[in-house]
Amino acid sequence: MADTSYVRTAMLSAQKPPASEVGVVHWVRSNLLSSWGNCLLTLLSMFILYVIVSSIGPWLVRSVWNAGSLQECREIIEATWGPGKRGACFAVIAERWQQIIFGFYPKELYWRPTLTLALMLVALGPILFSWVPRQFLWVSLTFPAVAFWLLWGGSVWLPVMILVGFALGYAAFRAVSVVNSLAGAIAAALVPVLWWIYFCNPAAQAFQDILPIGLTMMTSDKFGGFLLSTVIGISGIAFSLPIGILLALGRQSDLLIVKTFCVAFIEGFRGVPLITLLFTASLLLNYFLPPGTTFDVILRVIIMVTIFSAAYMAEVIRGGLAALPRGQYEAADALGLDYWKAQRLIIMPQALKVSIPGIVGNFIGLFKDTTLVSFISLSDPMQIVSSIRANTEWNGIYWELFIFVGLLFFIFCFSMSRYSMYLENKLKTDHR
Amino acid sequence: MTVMDPPRAGFRPGMLLYDTRYRSITIQVVFMVLIVVFFFWLFENVTTNLRAAGKDFSFGFLWTRSGYDINQMLVQYSSDSTHGRALLVGLLNTLFLSFMCCILSTVIGVLAGVLRLSKNVLISRLMAIYVEAFRNVPVVLWIVLVNAIMAVSMPEPKEFRGENSSASMILFDSVAITNRGVYVPEPLFSRSLGNTDIGVFLISNDLLAIIAVVLASIWGYRRLQSKATAVQNATGIRPKTLWTGLAIIVLPLAALLVATGFHLGYPELKGFNFVGGVHARNSLVAMWLAVSIYSATYIAESVRGGILAISRGQTEAALALGLQPGLATRLVVLPQAMRVVVPPLISQYLSITKNTSLALAVGYMDLRSTLGGITMNQTGRELECMLLLMGTYLTISIIISALMNVYNSSLKLKER
Amino acid sequence: MAEHAIDRSRMQVTDEVAIQITSMNKWYGTFHVLRDINMTVMKGERIVVCGPSGSGKSTLIRCINRLEEHQQGRIVVDGTELTSDLKNIDIVRSEVGMVFQHFNLFPHLTILENLTLAPIWVRKVPKKEAEETAMYFLHKVKIPEQAAKFPGQLSGGQQQRVAIARSLCMKPRIMLFDEPTSALDPEMIKEVLDTMISLAEEGMTMICVTHEMGFAQAVANRVIFMDQGQIVEQNEPKEFFNNPRSDRTKLFLSQILGH
Repeated sequence: MADTSYVRTAMLSAQKPPASEVGVVHWVRSNLLSSWGNCLLTLLSMFILYVIVSSIGPWLVRSVWNAGSLQECREIIEATWGPGKRGACFAVIAERWQQIIFGFYPKELYWRPTLTLALMLVALGPILFSWVPRQFLWVSLTFPAVAFWLLWGGSVWLPVMILVGFALGYAAFRAVSVVNSLAGAIAAALVPVLWWIYFCNPAAQAFQDILPIGLTMMTSDKFGGFLLSTVIGISGIAFSLPIGILLALGRQSDLLIVKTFCVAFIEGFRGVPLITLLFTASLLLNYFLPPGTTFDVILRVIIMVTIFSAAYMAEVIRGGLAALPRGQYEAADALGLDYWKAQRLIIMPQALKVSIPGIVGNFIGLFKDTTLVSFISLSDPMQIVSSIRANTEWNGIYWELFIFVGLLFFIFCFSMSRYSMYLENKLKTDHR
Repeated sequence: MTVMDPPRAGFRPGMLLYDTRYRSITIQVVFMVLIVVFFFWLFENVTTNLRAAGKDFSFGFLWTRSGYDINQMLVQYSSDSTHGRALLVGLLNTLFLSFMCCILSTVIGVLAGVLRLSKNVLISRLMAIYVEAFRNVPVVLWIVLVNAIMAVSMPEPKEFRGENSSASMILFDSVAITNRGVYVPEPLFSRSLGNTDIGVFLISNDLLAIIAVVLASIWGYRRLQSKATAVQNATGIRPKTLWTGLAIIVLPLAALLVATGFHLGYPELKGFNFVGGVHARNSLVAMWLAVSIYSATYIAESVRGGILAISRGQTEAALALGLQPGLATRLVVLPQAMRVVVPPLISQYLSITKNTSLALAVGYMDLRSTLGGITMNQTGRELECMLLLMGTYLTISIIISALMNVYNSSLKLKER
Repeated sequence: MAEHAIDRSRMQVTDEVAIQITSMNKWYGTFHVLRDINMTVMKGERIVVCGPSGSGKSTLIRCINRLEEHQQGRIVVDGTELTSDLKNIDIVRSEVGMVFQHFNLFPHLTILENLTLAPIWVRKVPKKEAEETAMYFLHKVKIPEQAAKFPGQLSGGQQQRVAIARSLCMKPRIMLFDEPTSALDPEMIKEVLDTMISLAEEGMTMICVTHEMGFAQAVANRVIFMDQGQIVEQNEPKEFFNNPRSDRTKLFLSQILGH
């Protein structure tokens, strides 16, 4: 019989692994050459890399940043690198980058979109980060009106009066809901609408006569490039969020008619391509409005984009709602919270938090889709690229422009998607 | 036992709001009234506006002469055909393009998704770069870019001419890539079976025969497999079916092709242009490649997600039971991965179909360019055309999502 | 059960009716979950409801604050009849506290916010006052130091005590417990039961669905046994455990005690 009892007298210290298990050689062997198939893949990818680098590398090295036309570019390249050599002509970017970013906005007024962007970052602060002081929420609430005024210009009193409408609605709600909460809600909806329809414009006019403050008016055809994409994308996402929430709630409700309507709305707008909606905005919207109504084409596009993305938003939020356990609803009920209070205090804060990655994903999609407005002859970046390509000086150039526009889109969308992945991971660890 | 219902007090108006029995009805009635008023308002505006513009609302224009040409079509069409037929040509072009894009993007996407998980660092990084680079840039940009490359960088047909031509055809002189499009060999049948007129357009009998034979072969192959399974169930040993199966798939088709005298018609340079073969215009090629490569990135991501979703434990459990790695993949991993991958795949097909409406960017004559483009401009019937256009896209979407629902519910049944 | 003797001085059953249920029936679709329930609960009573799973005991107490709707019969809670009238439902829900099996704390709010939410928004109590009440009850359940934490950072037992405190902040007259210890690890059950016992000592009217027979013996003045949607037997705990009369009760007791 073997001796089953054993006591170790000296502990072993850790030793280095054999040389074949560490170092560069080991890494190469296990990652690139572990099998025949793997070797083949390595060769293949090296070949692809070689092709890419050998075709793009020299082209980039021979780039020209300072020239007046494609012809001049080519002459400079041939003069520097010898006849027949090709190179990138980034001079077109150096000359036109402002146009690609700001469209036809006057150069001396570039500060206005820039300031708007800066304000937007401040306005997003209290929404995205809980540590930002609550007082900044006022910036977020007034931001849409301020941004509108900064971008389009005109009298300062119009956006102020529009904001006054909201304030009046709130005041009416406070005053009437003491008597009856339902009447309060109706007053809160009715008072501002009446104000906007009948008193807003005259009041703005009157104040403008007394105290004229304003910025140079900008018509919508001055908007273009990434400025236009950003304006459409951000307003689309911002306005579609509340509509999407309502649609998602409607889709979940027990009320058959409301539910049917919401399902039809969501599935209907998700079933058609955005481009048909944009055409509707530019060609058909006037048919559906009272005769003589005309309004700005960018506004019309924003309306359509909002409706379109609200349908997608509703699905994202529905996912967030579905992720909540039933117990949350029951606990809210048992404490005596009514439907809207339960939604506002318990359900939505949690559902929206879960939906943020989806909302960011929606935003990325929408931002990319803003390039479609070029089809209804708005000057988005792609449209400006085509107009530059149609120009005699730059006729025949395309890689450089597409690289620039594509790179800007890439930087924006890629960083957003990384941010949403980071949020997703954070949610996974945060919760329970 | 005695049963007492909750007392039913007399009806008071307040109960419309504060009684759960009536509250939902009240809300729905109010909602319905608002909706009806809204639609009535829209309707009223539309009729007023139409009257003001001196237009009526009618789809009669679909049966009038279109008067424009379409440069790429799958069925007979000329400028003497009706607008309705132009719609059909556009619809078929849309469906054809979508179909082609679905196939190519699935191939690229699955490949990229699997390779991105490869242990080979080089290839997985390369695929990661591909996926991130293409999905974070608008698809319109890719479409226009591919179109520009085709139009600017590809050789003109005349450059293929002569002994020392500057351009040459590829794949054994069968495919010519020019700045006017791509020419590929066309299938020809020397003993063709003719065409069938199904009322709306002609369908090649050869094509129908090939489809029928392929379907029959697949059915035969399935029979063979289920017989093999029956034998396996009875005796425990699965008979080898590789060669028989291959024969069932290949032989009937080969026989049919020989019988109908199948051969390829190669494109040839005549004068300044290629003749013969199938001419795929730049617009089609640009749409096909750009939309496929773009959508493939999304498919790659869902394939990767599907494979990652199968926990390593499943593979380990299968291997621990003694299954060969190949069998483990086929019996354990794949069925589970399909469950995760197929639904997003189908919704990707849906968005491919919608993305083909961007054909406008390069002038491919799809549904939107015929019905929602030239027809609309010529007849001035924006309302009717847009309604028809949206309705058609909506129908396609609903059909695809119905298919997805069928698939999903069939999966659910298997779970029980 | 509890090491310290239970102070029974304030555990008095009054002759005031707290809950009156008459001939109540409930169906889920065609399934008859609650059959002809008749039950009167006096103020100050501590009732334990037990029975096999699926016997309808949870559904019964969920009917008492209208988380479930009954189809026939009457339920009168503290003088308010539960009908489809929303105002009555609101009154009852603010009088009746409920503790769930899975705690159902709001994970996005701190413990203190969990406690003050309903008093502020339903009872319209000023925030400062609500916070003082909340801290008082957190002391009572012996976790005042956790006030600023989030529910996810607490152990199961602590979470359940917070849930009890959350209900108490609404100053309810009746407390319902729906298997409050079933989702807890064994070592945490005692702290929750101790909290419930101290609540009983203060004279709270309680209905507990639970399988903690020790708790029933120590605290309850009445044990109700349910099976197949019906009340099969009810009695004082001593009689119920020592001298069960129905065969179903005997079988049930032998299954949960006989190991």
